Amino acid sequence: MFSRAYKLAISLPPLAWVAIFLLVPYGLMFAYSFWSVSSAQNIVHSLSFANYAELLSHRVYRQTLLRSAWIAARVTVLSLLLGYPLAYLLSFHAVRKKNVLYQLVIIPLWVSYLVRAYAWKTILGTDGVLNTVLQFAHVASHPLGFLLYSPFAVVLTLTHIYTPFAFLPIYASLEHISRSLIEASNDLGASRVQTFRRVILPLSLPGVLAGATFAFVLSFGDFLAPLLLGGPSGIMISNIVVNLFGASYRWPLGAAISFCMLSLVLLLLWISGRLEKRWAYS
Amino acid sequence: MGLLVNAITYNRAPKLLAAYAALVFAFLYLPIVVLIVYSFNGHGVGGFPPRDLTLDWYRQLFTDDAIWASVVNSLVVAIASVCIALALGIPAGLALDRANFPGKGIFRRLVLLPLVLPGIITGLSLLLLFREADVRLSLVTVILGHGTALISIATTEVFAGLQKLDRAHEEASLDLGATYWQTFWRVTLPNLKLSIIGAALLIFTLSMDEIAVSFFLIGRDNTLPLEIWGRLRRGITPEINAISTLIFVFSLLAIIVWYRLRMRAEAVDNELLV
Repeated sequence: MFSRAYKLAISLPPLAWVAIFLLVPYGLMFAYSFWSVSSAQNIVHSLSFANYAELLSHRVYRQTLLRSAWIAARVTVLSLLLGYPLAYLLSFHAVRKKNVLYQLVIIPLWVSYLVRAYAWKTILGTDGVLNTVLQFAHVASHPLGFLLYSPFAVVLTLTHIYTPFAFLPIYASLEHISRSLIEASNDLGASRVQTFRRVILPLSLPGVLAGATFAFVLSFGDFLAPLLLGGPSGIMISNIVVNLFGASYRWPLGAAISFCMLSLVLLLLWISGRLEKRWAYS
Repeated sequence: MGLLVNAITYNRAPKLLAAYAALVFAFLYLPIVVLIVYSFNGHGVGGFPPRDLTLDWYRQLFTDDAIWASVVNSLVVAIASVCIALALGIPAGLALDRANFPGKGIFRRLVLLPLVLPGIITGLSLLLLFREADVRLSLVTVILGHGTALISIATTEVFAGLQKLDRAHEEASLDLGATYWQTFWRVTLPNLKLSIIGAALLIFTLSMDEIAVSFFLIGRDNTLPLEIWGRLRRGITPEINAISTLIFVFSLLAIIVWYRLRMRAEAVDNELLV
């Protein structure tokens, strides 16, 4: 029904844009990872594997990468633990208040990421909200120092930020479950727990997977929360990249790390895509 | 019978689950409450409980030119990003729906990639592009970055809208002698109105708060999040809480208005269907 010219007109502009502003930059990132910086602070455009050799030989890169993955894994699990029951409650138990509650989950996203992260600083600081309350309640006798400037603070803040992101796809997948399946399960005598375990949970796995991927990938690459709240023990891999591109002016090494991050993320997306297909059909 | 059992067992939330959900909401809203309360705190952003409530920070905010300049910059960036993302995202959504070309699968993944990629990768790769092309960093490079990253939003919204659309309308228009161009403007676009407005609002708010991409592409003029970032590092005053509270209240109003509009539009749709 649509002519060739029409199809060209709708596909060419976005294709060209995506090629120039996404494909070429990723390619450049790959190219940069093989270049180097001369002593006169110029980029040397010649092939060398020095950056990758440095990444493999220095323990700090591997350690930071593992720490970032570990922080992201904790954020993912916590966001799912917070997001799933919320999505379940909204989808199956909130009848008339559904829309309002849904908006309530989304609204925190309208407060600037930075400002929410900063508010956690006010809460977790040594003279902050949490420490004062804990001391007042005689839970702690002196301010707890590990609350702020620690991986704990980073995990807490990132969990706060990515819980709505984990919630959204889970909620969407729960909403898609046909209610007659649940009725059938009830009619056949299954208890509520059995219905959840045998019907609802398996059918919501694609949503859980999407939420988990979002939470993991986005928190893995975060550099603002660690800078604000992480302290020296909460440094993540993106902080190293930011440093290499900033004060220390070692763009090629930074590009090599970012390219590794990009490959890792693409691998994760591919795996989650495969899993999603398998779970959707079974 | 099944329906009855369903109504009884499933419409009453188990108390434990409801209590847990209340805790999750408390966790989500605690920083926002703290943010708002401390915008009135006479003793800065630290200390508890807040003392000497004051409106001074709001007064200071209204005379702070740097903040307002950055707000204007952010608005310019957001509006321009909406235009770019829609101008490319609408055709991209149409193309994914109705055109076949080699590499379509790769194209779809590439368009959507910035949505799931950490902002640092999108920002850095574009920084390399602008450096190699000798483009000076400025608000324009930030706009190009936001626009590119947010095409994904417009594409997904338009694509989803097209799935619900009845092709017969466009077919009828073409059969009656309208050109493709006329059909696009008078049939396709009006039918996608809700998807497009929804995408525009989402792109606007995401751009207003974007920081990871802007961080690498910014020139001399700051956007609001970067202005806040600069101040956070120097040690902030509750002025930042004050501007954030104002933005929060504005966003809340915008959400309510948008929600009402959509409810009304859906009610009209339902009436037409009946």
